[in-house]
Amino acid sequence: MSQTNTAAVDANEAVASIAHRLSEVAVIYPITPSSPMGEFADEWSALGRKNIWGQVPQIMEMQSEAGAAGAVHGVLQAGSLVTTFTASQGLLLMIPNMYKIAGELLPFTMHVAARTLATHALSIFGDHGDVMAARQTGFIMLASNSPQECHDLAAVAHAATLEASLPVMHFFDGFRTSHEVGQIHTLSDDDLRAMISEEAIARFRARGMNPNKPIIRGTAQNPDVFFQTREAANPLYLKVPAIVQAAMDKLATLCGRAYKLYEYEGAADAERVIIIMGSGAETAATTAAHLNAAGEKVGVLKVRLYRPFSAELFVNALPKTVKSIAVLDRTKEPGATGEPLYLDVLTALHETGRGNVKVVGGRYGLSSKEFSPGMVVATFENLAKPEPKNHFTVGILDDVTHTSLKWDPQYDIESDDTFRAIFYGLGADGTVGANKNTIKIICDATGSYGQGYFVYDSKKSGAMTTSHLRFGPKVIRSPYLITKSKFIGCHQPFFVDRFDVLELAQPGAVFLLNSPYPADQVWNHLPADIQQKMIDLKIQFYTIDALSVARDTGMGTRINTIMQTCFFAISGILPQEEAIKYIKKAIEKTYGKKGQEVVRRNFEAVDATVANLHKVNVPNKATSTIKRPPVVPAEAPDFVQRITAQIMAGRGDLLPVSALPADGTWPTGTTKWEKRGIAAEIPIWDSSVCIQCNKCSMVCPHAAIRAKVYSADDAPEGLPCVDYKAPDLRGNKFTIQVAPDDCTGCNLCVMVCPAKNKAEPKRKAINLENRLEHLEVERANWDKFINIPQIEREKIVRIDVKGSQLLEPLFEFSGACAGCGETPYVKLMTQLFGERLMIANATGCSSIYGGNLPTTPYTVNKLGRGPAWCNSLFEDNAEFGFGMRLAVNAQRMQAEFLLKQLAPKLGDSRVQTALQCAGSTNGTAKQLEAVIKDIDAELRKMDDPAAKRLLPILDSLMPRSVWILGGDGWAYDIGYGGLDHVLAQTQNVNILVLDTEVYSNTGGQASKSTPLGASAKFANAGKMTSKKDLGLIAMSYGHVYVASVAFGAKDTQTVQAFLEAESYDGPSLIIAYSHCIAHGYDLANGLEQQKLAVDSGVWPLYRFDPRKIEKGEPALQLDSPPIKAKVSQYHANETRFRMVQKMNPARFAELEAQAERSAAARVELYKQLADIRRGAAAADKQADQN
Amino acid sequence: MDVDLSIKYCGLELKHPFMPGASPMVDSLDTVRQLEDAGASAIVMHSLFEEQIVGEELGMTRAREFGENSPEAAGSYLPDPEGYKLGPDEYLRQIEQIKKAVAVPVIASLNGNHRDAWVRYAKLIEQAGADALELNTYEMTFQLDQTTDAIEKQTVDLVTAVRAATTIPLTVKMLPFFAGLPSLAQRLNKAGAAGLVLFNRTYQPVIDLEELEMSHAYPLSSHDELPLRLRWLGMISPSVQMSLAASGGVYTVDDALRAVMCGAHAVQMVSALLRYGPNHLTTIIDGVREWMTEHEYESVNQMRGSMNIKNCPDPRIYTRWGYIKTLMSWA
Repeated sequence: MSQTNTAAVDANEAVASIAHRLSEVAVIYPITPSSPMGEFADEWSALGRKNIWGQVPQIMEMQSEAGAAGAVHGVLQAGSLVTTFTASQGLLLMIPNMYKIAGELLPFTMHVAARTLATHALSIFGDHGDVMAARQTGFIMLASNSPQECHDLAAVAHAATLEASLPVMHFFDGFRTSHEVGQIHTLSDDDLRAMISEEAIARFRARGMNPNKPIIRGTAQNPDVFFQTREAANPLYLKVPAIVQAAMDKLATLCGRAYKLYEYEGAADAERVIIIMGSGAETAATTAAHLNAAGEKVGVLKVRLYRPFSAELFVNALPKTVKSIAVLDRTKEPGATGEPLYLDVLTALHETGRGNVKVVGGRYGLSSKEFSPGMVVATFENLAKPEPKNHFTVGILDDVTHTSLKWDPQYDIESDDTFRAIFYGLGADGTVGANKNTIKIICDATGSYGQGYFVYDSKKSGAMTTSHLRFGPKVIRSPYLITKSKFIGCHQPFFVDRFDVLELAQPGAVFLLNSPYPADQVWNHLPADIQQKMIDLKIQFYTIDALSVARDTGMGTRINTIMQTCFFAISGILPQEEAIKYIKKAIEKTYGKKGQEVVRRNFEAVDATVANLHKVNVPNKATSTIKRPPVVPAEAPDFVQRITAQIMAGRGDLLPVSALPADGTWPTGTTKWEKRGIAAEIPIWDSSVCIQCNKCSMVCPHAAIRAKVYSADDAPEGLPCVDYKAPDLRGNKFTIQVAPDDCTGCNLCVMVCPAKNKAEPKRKAINLENRLEHLEVERANWDKFINIPQIEREKIVRIDVKGSQLLEPLFEFSGACAGCGETPYVKLMTQLFGERLMIANATGCSSIYGGNLPTTPYTVNKLGRGPAWCNSLFEDNAEFGFGMRLAVNAQRMQAEFLLKQLAPKLGDSRVQTALQCAGSTNGTAKQLEAVIKDIDAELRKMDDPAAKRLLPILDSLMPRSVWILGGDGWAYDIGYGGLDHVLAQTQNVNILVLDTEVYSNTGGQASKSTPLGASAKFANAGKMTSKKDLGLIAMSYGHVYVASVAFGAKDTQTVQAFLEAESYDGPSLIIAYSHCIAHGYDLANGLEQQKLAVDSGVWPLYRFDPRKIEKGEPALQLDSPPIKAKVSQYHANETRFRMVQKMNPARFAELEAQAERSAAARVELYKQLADIRRGAAAADKQADQN
Repeated sequence: MDVDLSIKYCGLELKHPFMPGASPMVDSLDTVRQLEDAGASAIVMHSLFEEQIVGEELGMTRAREFGENSPEAAGSYLPDPEGYKLGPDEYLRQIEQIKKAVAVPVIASLNGNHRDAWVRYAKLIEQAGADALELNTYEMTFQLDQTTDAIEKQTVDLVTAVRAATTIPLTVKMLPFFAGLPSLAQRLNKAGAAGLVLFNRTYQPVIDLEELEMSHAYPLSSHDELPLRLRWLGMISPSVQMSLAASGGVYTVDDALRAVMCGAHAVQMVSALLRYGPNHLTTIIDGVREWMTEHEYESVNQMRGSMNIKNCPDPRIYTRWGYIKTLMSWA
């Protein structure tokens, strides 16, 4: 943070700034939305920034939050000042140590970006579920409501913990506060020094473990003394309120910002009061002020000190006039008599003689659900009723148990002097980054207050971003989305065809549209409803062809600074020249240190902008015949029409409780209804050049290009096809077809295509061409293609790369990054085993592209069979999948037992057939299916209890393939213990590690898979150690099938490994090289890079098959060629390595040399292992040879 | 009396004309030291390529900005440590280190395609301590509307711009495809170039018949490439008031002597040193000195240009007459 006394930062940065300066150690682990705090701390320490005692804090990433908490405990016991940052499940993993730390009266501050706990579903968004789950640990709990408060109370927390000798959990709302950018006044080092008591530190140090003054703590106590000791700490808790208030008062003397533990805002004679914690308190307080100005008598009591809860101070803060209270909890405790804050308030009032006040409790804001002024009004209105609704909800429509309050979504309390602007952008266009700069520019240049909040959709490719920006002369206390905007910036032309971009425009608003059409034609290309709205609202319309400006100035598709310049030019917030000067300054600051070319191009783009910006006169009449297409086609299933389409259209907030599956079960196969059309170019098949290798289909991350072999009788008219060349299916037709609306244009299919046009070898059998030019034809072709019957698996003689791609993918059109290196493996798995798959998916990228609403990619075949998928947690996935296998086994055992029991009634022959074929995949599937159907029919006729027990589990006789999926963060780090344990068993599970060598989903933090010399978050300067050899560890068991694969280097080996792993009746582990955007290069080159990884020895390919041991053969087979490329060649293509090289070439040279040696040594070791025969059969063979 | 090998090249006082040409040998400080120990009179760095710098800068920036669309990635999938810089830093650092490592002059080399970039990088190279700068132009057009005149003008303008921005001696490494080379050389000289390097090599594409791929081989130069250099050195050295360097095809003492006799102030070698090692330079220097002593030459300056079109016994060999004579001699 800058040394000036103001800064435009988000709460994560505001908090990290304090924590870093007041700690000697920070032990961290990534979890959204708290990760940036750790990242800031790590980056600052890497830069040598010091704490207030002149030392650079040590920052250490651990393998999990449980590990972080353990390390924190150790640091504290040894007497040093430590901090950590976490959220959600991470906080839950810390709970065991939190009891210890509090029990041992250790001063420590943790900062929590409060986030929803995973229940029926995961949510990365904010509520108080996590902190409430830790409220019993003995930690002091301090809530902050805004970025400024977070900054200030972080300092209060670090000061108070030392004075109180008790740990503090400082928390604030995840995303809404943690990611809200605002102008804050910063505390200086001197301020912090004044806050911290050196005597308290000395007292703490004196209690630290020291062999010169040995003590023992953490003893085992018995019934005689444990209880009393627990009570012995009471005096410390009794002192906490005074200590925290004193720290707040000290802060006020230093900076003028005064806080109270329980702070009341509103009418002094209020009769109705809301009690609330977190960012919602700001909304409630400002709405109360608005109501009071209109003559109401209401107020809001903000709870900052939640534990220990001081009933006395709390009640003292309430006006004596209060008659009714609504306690709002941002959490849900099913089955409780009320949510936690509500119960605390009830108790406090009762114990202080104020039990006559009417109190109701309500829930709001779960998973960052909007909490708006209208909802506050609804809550006050509820209180005004003679019998206010208790245990209510606000912000949703509960039409099941009717808990919800009605509210007015249009209720507006915003002041006219607040400038509100909304920008719709695409992730890749830089809109969010430019808007963050805009806030800084305006705040710095005008002295205004600013606020920025950014909403993202759930896709990793083609994602939309919505920026909500406010500016004004007063502190902005509006932690909710803008509903009426003075400025709407639409940064992508196609948005106007997708949704109502003017939905949030207020009358007279400015509408800035990036459009490829000239100013005199743009009107004619707008949908009719947009035209009408512009007329009705008297919109001021501006347009620019930003993409052309970007291309002309070498910016590619990056239009952010161009649109930012337009915003300043139109809005007039700053004089144009001054604004451009500031924009350029921001560009220089953002890019200057990295090189001048990007700066130069941005400057050129900014300079070219104003001349290309045009005001468009809005005609008096809407003339367009363009209508927006329906969100999903009419043939989509009912559930998709009613529910999924609403979420896709951004109307998920309007869905009532009754519409949603209570247990979180959703239908699969819904991505096919979400036609995103995000590719500018798509692959077009040239059948005359194609050699029918199917590699294009194999590498496609989105199953958007497919191959089919089919009978001439099934050939649709007009669909391009050729005769199939392979002998096994000769006489059939063959087609390669792209799904033009699902393709992301990643180019991998073109890169892998080996066939070249003889006359024009630059053209292949697959060529990227303009999507719009081919759209109509390819859409029609896709519809024909997808309806061609899928060839039966039994007819495919060889399941190799070519054969596997004739199988139907049951994982399609996911929201993964364009060019993703993970999804081709997942897709292959579904092609090979899809209809009998059960998937346990660790939290991470694969669970997000695999299971994030509104649409999900796992789908079904024509029989309605397909992968059954579930995500438990991050840390437990191996055990989770293992449990699935145990369940499958248990059901099959029970089914077989019951079959035998019922054999006299069912007939021995049927039962024998069923038992013989049960679980088998070797060509008896149809026979088994038939007999099960037969038995099912018989069972339904029986009145036997055994028959009734057998019926629901009868299909457990069908083969099941249990796959356990996750990334390296799970497999190498947080879930390693469980993974190791599952490998050590003999159960038939298949573990697929999608190894991107970083925590991809949370933004690229280092894992133990991160290679030597690579820069990653938490390892900025380049990782100093080699990646863990997970495969070698697994091989050491001897009974585990292990494979290392890289489909871009040797796709045949990948397919073989999947087939072998699945066929092995025991634990299997496939470690799959997955190129990733976190490696820092254009993923169109991912396949080449995989090849380099293998050729350089960085990623050896091998298969270790324990079945070979029994045959006396070496279990390990090395599948990669001898090293034929240098590791340096591999490194040179990736930003993660080049960054380290640029920072310190000499040091990187050493790391690179070490990496070369390490790769060579590893390959050599595998070569030696590949010569080893073991087991009895090997001994026999040896004896024979002798 | 010792023969005097010293020479002035682009204003640099060199102990003799023989030096390594632009090559990857300078990537290793150890090799650079070996070259100096072998007697190199100067060290010529390999080129700083504008496209490489810009491409990497844009690519790495794009890679870092990718994560902006993800709520979880919080801005990027890659860290953004302040300690690294994109741009020509590695090259500049290498100049500084080579300058520290050796006592002989260091000639940097620059290869760009935008005037702004030429100027920007040339300034940085000068600041990094290079004693001279070789401007490596590589312009071959396949466009109908790009005339030879325009290409020549572009080259002259480029030198003018770099000259205006820097003070260290400039030399231009040329392609051999200019029919009016003497005129161009003179214009470059007026624009501020102190020397010419004849010639740059154009690595020819190789066609893989099986894969239908084009690739670039990286063959070492052959002895056969020298005569073209000698011809042009011999043709322009009498008239052009610039330092001239021969580059391409020099393997032996005789090659080196011929280059000097045709007018070269400096003789650059790469392929021979890559093939036979840095010590081959010693062989050449010693061999030249020995030959000159044996043949009673006093100095390189005495010998330089002795066989050019002005001084050779039969200058007609450089002209159409020589061409006709050669063809006629077949019979």
